[in-house]
Amino acid sequence: MLHPLPASIDETLELLTAGHYVADRSLATTLYLCLSLGRPLFLEGEAGVGKTEIAIVLAKMLGRRLVRLQCYEGLDVASAVYEWNYAAQMIEIRMAEAHGVTDRDVISKDVFSERFLLKRPLLKALECDDVGSPVLLIDELDRTDEPFEAFLLEVLSDYQITVPEIGTFGAEEPPITIVTSNRTREIHDALKRRCFYYWVDYPNAEREHAILTARLPGIDEQLSRQVVAFVQELRKMDLFKHPGIAETIDWSSALMQLDKLSLDPQTVNDTLGMLLKYQDDIAKIGGSEAATILDKVNSELAAVGA
Amino acid sequence: MTAVPATEEDGAGKLAENILHFGRTLRAAGMPVGPGRVIEALRAVEATGVRRRDDFYWALHAVFVNRRDQRELFDQTFHIFWRNPRLLERMLATLLPRTRFGGEDETNDVSRRVADALFPGMSDDAQASRQEVEVDATLTYSANESLGAKDFESMSAAEIAEAKALIARIRLPIERVLTRRFAPDPRGPRIDMRSTLRSVLRTGGGTIPLRRRAQNRRPPPLVIICDISGSMSQYSRMLLHFVHAITSDRDRVHTFLFGTRLTNITRFLRYRDVDVALKKVGEGVVDWSGGTRIGACLKHFNTHWSRRVLGQGAMVLLISDGLDRDAAEGLEVEIDRLHRSCRRLIWLNPLLSYEQFEPKSLGVATILRHVDEFRPVHNINSLRDLAQALGGASQKREKAWKMPGKCVA
Repeated sequence: MLHPLPASIDETLELLTAGHYVADRSLATTLYLCLSLGRPLFLEGEAGVGKTEIAIVLAKMLGRRLVRLQCYEGLDVASAVYEWNYAAQMIEIRMAEAHGVTDRDVISKDVFSERFLLKRPLLKALECDDVGSPVLLIDELDRTDEPFEAFLLEVLSDYQITVPEIGTFGAEEPPITIVTSNRTREIHDALKRRCFYYWVDYPNAEREHAILTARLPGIDEQLSRQVVAFVQELRKMDLFKHPGIAETIDWSSALMQLDKLSLDPQTVNDTLGMLLKYQDDIAKIGGSEAATILDKVNSELAAVGA
Repeated sequence: MTAVPATEEDGAGKLAENILHFGRTLRAAGMPVGPGRVIEALRAVEATGVRRRDDFYWALHAVFVNRRDQRELFDQTFHIFWRNPRLLERMLATLLPRTRFGGEDETNDVSRRVADALFPGMSDDAQASRQEVEVDATLTYSANESLGAKDFESMSAAEIAEAKALIARIRLPIERVLTRRFAPDPRGPRIDMRSTLRSVLRTGGGTIPLRRRAQNRRPPPLVIICDISGSMSQYSRMLLHFVHAITSDRDRVHTFLFGTRLTNITRFLRYRDVDVALKKVGEGVVDWSGGTRIGACLKHFNTHWSRRVLGQGAMVLLISDGLDRDAAEGLEVEIDRLHRSCRRLIWLNPLLSYEQFEPKSLGVATILRHVDEFRPVHNINSLRDLAQALGGASQKREKAWKMPGKCVA
């Protein structure tokens, strides 16, 4: 099915909402600009705030192919762009020998043809199909090193890749590119300059509630309100790592699994490991502190309800 | 020298001589100007002529300046030198220290380096500030944060030249760590198929010579956290030079200063010219020579920066005397976390130069429990020792620090 690109900010927002992604208008604006101007989107933010999800939802809703490049330390051309199928190449050389072909040019032309080329994500992303160009997700760019970043700079500026033995591959239509970073390292300004930048922040209570309802349709209203208020309260506290939206969703589904309809101090203490991933933080919040926060949350919710 | 065009007033010899003196002045001010450059400058002036001052300026500029950060130095030197070369000539000839009253207006707004290059022998305070570095650290730490930028202009060329020459030669040969990237290596453990297949084509497929590759090594990122509180103030200036030398020597160096608050000065130190870099640092940091809150600053670093700069096996140099206004409150947790999030934590302490040094202060004792290495840093020699030790020391995590008394600079 063919979906045209959204024609306005409102349409972009609708598109994301239809894909169960509850977005801020600011994000929709940036995304709309990226789509209409054909620039990459650079998303930065804490872990678990839904950066990767944007690309997945976008690909699904636009009916495009999702090409994902997960970055890691030591990512090189062989695993990001292309690699030759060596085993098949060796056989080809042997075959040529058996047939008495000794012309060097003929062998090299046969061995280094597109038949033996294994395409990796970046090269794949340049191929358009009948639906249009794919969505290229370059995930956690901060995990790779500076040389790869410099290489990416070249790819992102003119969307073409040169394989020395064959020639240049170019994209008919540039892919919709989304780059994410957890900021474990600063990305060079030159790369950021080519992209539109968006900082994905923690959502406010209203939006987090909407996200929870969209992601977990069966959740009890009372529980959802309590969970969101509790998590929002935690984010105000002095913790080493604040819980992200992913943690909120995990925690809620765990509570649903335990058939809880409301929070109580015992349950909070037992399941705190789903929200906080550092022992220091758990030790700080666990026990009486959790009960205090819960009391505060409950009284606030009661006040709003009344 | 015969090729120089004659000027109306002085004749052929004078202009060439003046350009020669100008070149020497630039060199004295710290720019790399050799005799070759001077000859080129003569040729350039010959080509452009000396009718217009701006032509003359840009001709010399084209020859003498080859880095962006030299422009200002050149500009200042040019305007002073060519305003009244006769005056300067006399001074260079006699070396009489009377320029202070003569050229007061002109020297006011130029950097000290130009002034020193033009009027050598004037920098009495150079010696004074050299000695200052050796002076005892005052064991007082104030609770007030003195707001206001510190003036770096008071640094003289003699001091810079001497210290810079020594410090600039210091390299930190931190052991390179294995990366997950490969490079061709004839004795490498893995076979490089891509390169092997390419080499097959050269022989036509008769034999297949195996090409090999091995994992690359690379120096790890370095994070420097430097104390600039009052009790450290006699060292911080020299240490900043040291930090600047490291920053221009290698990539992936992040520098933070702290007193009562933490400031990231990495971007300021990227200026190649140490004067400009330190001036920017002076403008950007507000808590010079105030109190120290090590615990709070490390906490700020841990929560806001550690995840951003401690990736890829970073090493941390903590430069501090360990004297804490907050009586080591919250320090234990934070230094422990810092220690656990980096590859290696090295503590440089200027107070360690004293034989009688004992970890009595609560802050010192606390930090000492959580560092991999503990070294003195109070003069250029100790910096040099540090460089050597970092190169040779084993990179294993072990308690490499020794108790005081045994560790002498």
